[in-house]
Amino acid sequence: MSGKLFRNFSFLSATLSFFLLVGIFAILFTYAQEAMQEFGFDFLLSETWEADEDDEGGIFGGYIPIIGTLLSTLIAMTLAVPLAMGIAIFLTEIASDTIGKPVSIAIELLAAIPSIIYGMWGLFYFAPIVQSVFGGNGVGLLTAGMVLAIMVIPFMAAISRDAMNTTPLVLKESAYAMGATKFEVIKDVIMPYSKGGIIGSIILSLGRALGETMAVAFLIGSVMSIPGSITDPTTSIPVLLANNFAEAQDLEMSSMYFLALILFVVSFIIISVAKFYFLGRKVK
Amino acid sequence: MAKDKLVMEIKDFSFTYSGAEEPSLRKINLPVLKNKITAMIGPSGCGKSTLLRAMNRIHDLYPGNKYEGKINLYKEDGTKENILDLKKENDFIKLRQQVGMIFQKPTPFPMSIFDNVAYGLRLSGTKNKSELEGHVEKALKDAAIWKETKDRLKESALGLSGGQQQRLCIARAVALKPRVILFDEPTSALDPLSTGAIEELITELKKELSIMIVTHNMQQASRLSDYTAFMYLGDLAEYNTTEKIFLNPEKKLTEDYITGRFG
Repeated sequence: MSGKLFRNFSFLSATLSFFLLVGIFAILFTYAQEAMQEFGFDFLLSETWEADEDDEGGIFGGYIPIIGTLLSTLIAMTLAVPLAMGIAIFLTEIASDTIGKPVSIAIELLAAIPSIIYGMWGLFYFAPIVQSVFGGNGVGLLTAGMVLAIMVIPFMAAISRDAMNTTPLVLKESAYAMGATKFEVIKDVIMPYSKGGIIGSIILSLGRALGETMAVAFLIGSVMSIPGSITDPTTSIPVLLANNFAEAQDLEMSSMYFLALILFVVSFIIISVAKFYFLGRKVK
Repeated sequence: MAKDKLVMEIKDFSFTYSGAEEPSLRKINLPVLKNKITAMIGPSGCGKSTLLRAMNRIHDLYPGNKYEGKINLYKEDGTKENILDLKKENDFIKLRQQVGMIFQKPTPFPMSIFDNVAYGLRLSGTKNKSELEGHVEKALKDAAIWKETKDRLKESALGLSGGQQQRLCIARAVALKPRVILFDEPTSALDPLSTGAIEELITELKKELSIMIVTHNMQQASRLSDYTAFMYLGDLAEYNTTEKIFLNPEKKLTEDYITGRFG
């Protein structure tokens, strides 16, 4: 009796997640219809985001927030990947326990800090530093990208470290026994062996950086303009959605659903690819 | 016995693991003779693997271990070098190119069959492609795995069977033309058929180089080796020709162990 109940309950929970996914997609798709029919493919290339005076229509294009999202994520990943790999390699292969353990714990705690805290810290403390070093207003693409990098590094480093730690000891020893140096063992044995986990960590971090709202809303400037230089303010998809949702109506609302749909599809593809890599490793 | 040349010589060697109070090996004296197979037998925890792992300084991947005594490696010209004096990474690399090691489990690297065998050669500076190809073919032939692999050199080494992987690891070690190969229970993870192939291979290899093998399998020691060392609780209990050890051991302890009364 209780076995049957449990079975039905777990079946319901499992199917619920599937229906949620399909349901969210369907709703985004339905509400985005108006904008899709009005603007079509040009939505991706149009730089204007302006409501008419009566708030009923207007011209809306997603080019700027899409570019802002992609560029801030690109900056974040360019900075984060090498640093996170360095941390992971240091923790698995170089650090002694006395240094490695505290650093490991610190990394895990950093990964748990809520994004709003990164946003506040970034705006009040970090942005002025960026301004004094690189010029510009303080807030803008570069600041947002750098803080995004700081946010995803702990996550990426922790997963990569775990992946590298799965390299069997005897495999490393047999590379040393062939006369390999530490660097060669890292490059030829550890990295290829943990490749799946490392790529997975990068892709999951990429997904997180693409969708990050709170910290980026503080730091990117929230201005509807194409950034002329790396320090210029602009906007991103999640930031534009968060800022405009309260007042938007009709076509603008539909355009925002269209943007949300684009972000959803991109994130979905990225997570699927990550999943594929993780699964690919388990099958082996 | 007097005619046989030494390739390595362990003298008054003691070893203490990092953090341990008591040494794991005490005052070991053991010769390794050229072109001979020396087997090390003894119950688990007697220190056979510990001794083997000292002979290519693989212990030094982990800090804090203590050595005493000497382990001499004889060069072609008869001069000797105490490998316990080595300090620099470069010297360890040179040592490990001369003293290869095969582990309990096959350890193919996550790369192609060809690259596995070429790995050590590339590390030691061979870049020329046709030269590499020649050496790889020779090593695979020496390890009796050429026929099975010649049509799939570019495929991943992880696709080979366990026994093939272990022979590939031997090929990889042989490719460097070492003077000694240390085998640490090389067949303990393999089926009887693959074990037979490896044993045949080891016997074949002693024409070219010298071999030290740790084994739990008494029959394997008696089949393969020319000399046998029996170790017990960190001491070398008895060392002699394999025939003497198995047919007429000097110590009661040795006899009890090889007849299976303990261990």
